[in-house]
Amino acid sequence: MIDKNTMTLKVEKSLKRRYLKEKIFKSMGFISVTVAFLFLLILILDITIKALPAFVQTQIVLQVDLNEQDLGITQQSSVDEIRQVDFRRVIRNALKKQFPQVKKRKQKKDLYSLVSVGAEYQLRDLVLANKAILGTTQKVTFIADDDVDALIKGAIDRNDEESGRRVKDFKLNLIETLEKNGQIEKNFNWQFFSSGDSREPELAGIKGAVLGSLYTLLVTLLMTFPVAVAAAIYLEEFAPKNRMVDFIEININNLAAVPSIVFGLLGLAVFINFFELPRSAPIVGGIVLSLMTLPTIIIASRSAIKAVPPSLREAALGLGASKMQTVFHHVFPAALPGILTGTIIGMAQALGETAPLLMIGMVAFIVDIPQSVTDPATVLPIQVYLWADSPERGFLEKTSAAILVLIAFLITMNAIAIYLRKKFEKKW
Amino acid sequence: MNNNTDQKTLDSMHAEHGKTVGQPFCQDAKFSTRNVDVFYADNQAIYDVSLDMGKNEVIALIGPSGCGKSTYLRCLNRMNDTIDICKVTGQLLLDGQDIYAKDQDPVLLRARVGMVFQKPNPFPKSIYDNVAYGPRIHGLTSNKAELDDLVEESLIKAGLLNEVKDRLDAPGTGLSGGQQQRLCIARTIAVQPEVILMDEPASALDPIATAIIEELISELRKNYTIVIVTHSMQQAARVSQRTAYFHLGKLIEVGETNQIFTNPVHDLTEKYITGRFG
Repeated sequence: MIDKNTMTLKVEKSLKRRYLKEKIFKSMGFISVTVAFLFLLILILDITIKALPAFVQTQIVLQVDLNEQDLGITQQSSVDEIRQVDFRRVIRNALKKQFPQVKKRKQKKDLYSLVSVGAEYQLRDLVLANKAILGTTQKVTFIADDDVDALIKGAIDRNDEESGRRVKDFKLNLIETLEKNGQIEKNFNWQFFSSGDSREPELAGIKGAVLGSLYTLLVTLLMTFPVAVAAAIYLEEFAPKNRMVDFIEININNLAAVPSIVFGLLGLAVFINFFELPRSAPIVGGIVLSLMTLPTIIIASRSAIKAVPPSLREAALGLGASKMQTVFHHVFPAALPGILTGTIIGMAQALGETAPLLMIGMVAFIVDIPQSVTDPATVLPIQVYLWADSPERGFLEKTSAAILVLIAFLITMNAIAIYLRKKFEKKW
Repeated sequence: MNNNTDQKTLDSMHAEHGKTVGQPFCQDAKFSTRNVDVFYADNQAIYDVSLDMGKNEVIALIGPSGCGKSTYLRCLNRMNDTIDICKVTGQLLLDGQDIYAKDQDPVLLRARVGMVFQKPNPFPKSIYDNVAYGPRIHGLTSNKAELDDLVEESLIKAGLLNEVKDRLDAPGTGLSGGQQQRLCIARTIAVQPEVILMDEPASALDPIATAIIEELISELRKNYTIVIVTHSMQQAARVSQRTAYFHLGKLIEVGETNQIFTNPVHDLTEKYITGRFG
């Protein structure tokens, strides 16, 4: 028997050690969280700073003469006739009129490349929208070329040696003249959110990829959620506990660990080559991603269902509810928050997935904005990849901007899911 | 006196042969079980139990932990069906009909034989919906007014209405433990069963809530047959007419509650009720 005093002493001695351990563990946790948070902050800040210029677009204001005789159309002309007109000439004339001293062929080329190649379509759309401007002289704000944009934003340093500068002295003079005249404006870049991809950085937009991602995830969600939840409920509540079910369970777990590119190959071989579904389309991307997401949601749903207290099942069964009623009236609603959490994780994974989509052709350069799940499209992470791979300087900022849009997409998606989860949890 | 001693000798002889002593059978049986064995995989949990439960009678099943009284109780509404490895043999008759017969639907059986569990387990729904759930799934009422009446009636019978009538839309899980258990009883009687099984219904409750539940059980006896498993011998003595003592999966002794607690025949029963083990 240890006497009281020595016991107290021993406990006291060990207490210090025990508290120290707790302290060390707590501070390690705090440090890790802080470091992780710091890195996240640096990452987000870096991307945001790099992306900010992409949301501003340099524009050039020009006086264009929409002479009906020159253009060969009148206000009564049909849409098709207007579409035939060479509006590029109108813009070139406007530029020539402002800089009459430019005569040499090479210099003219520099002059004309001040505005984007998309400027003529901009003018055409303007005319189509309001035919009344035909026959008048209009002040039109055109999108500037990406080199001009880079120079104005300071990405190209004017003070560099001419030999090492992308914008040569002659062109620089032209730009500075425009600047002095107040013909250069910097406006919010709506174009970025309203157009599809382009070879020209100043014309490239994210809308095609956003819609592509949206359609793809919609297909994924519609295909995965019901199947995964039904599978989880069946396996957890109805399936007999035998070797076959164990085997299925092992396979589901294995499926979650299969490299995603393999799913892409499967999609290519089965859905495109065999079932002849359209290439590069969100429908195929969605199906491939749902195969990939299924195990994630099944596993999460099963553990959510498992976590429902048996007393709830007994209560329902004891009242004479059938198995089906017990599961769908009580077990499923109680497990729903957990199931939704699994779904968020699965869908977030699917949103960020690139590799399998490469295999089914969603990496193609697609200018058109997809109108349905069968139109060719690309998705946000692939858009990031495509732009990051492009040599033009303007795509650098677009890449960062696309990453921001991707993150915003993810946050929105998760916010909706968390809102839904909270709503179901609130039902006490 | 002499006669009594003979009876006692006879019972002791029975006991040596593993036979139940006392009066396991009754004239007007609601439930009648014969030679019931229950196995969990290879482990036998119940050995050859034969017991009758009379109409409008409260019968208490007592015994030390792990003696199989809950297992036996759960055979009576086939709750053991949910456990894959559990196997029940023997004859269990409700009103003369075999409840383990092939054509007996367990869902129908559970509507006739309600159950109240050890831990109050209201659904995570409103008080009203808790009580209305059973009638709804069985289609007992044809319109909202009837359902309202049934819910109210059940809450009155469970002695809960006065406490909750202003907050029928409040969550059932927000009530106190004793109220929750009475809600579970109300939920059970809303289905209008013939028998109510209670698995230690007051073990998670304080003395006051327990007293209310016990009063309620005595009240419910007028209309239902009640089988109650309890750890509290005082409770068994207070609420039941007959008491059955289980030991290691065997039914040792059955008798009038008074007799069991004052003059037990079997020495295992005596040891248990005098607190020498259990």
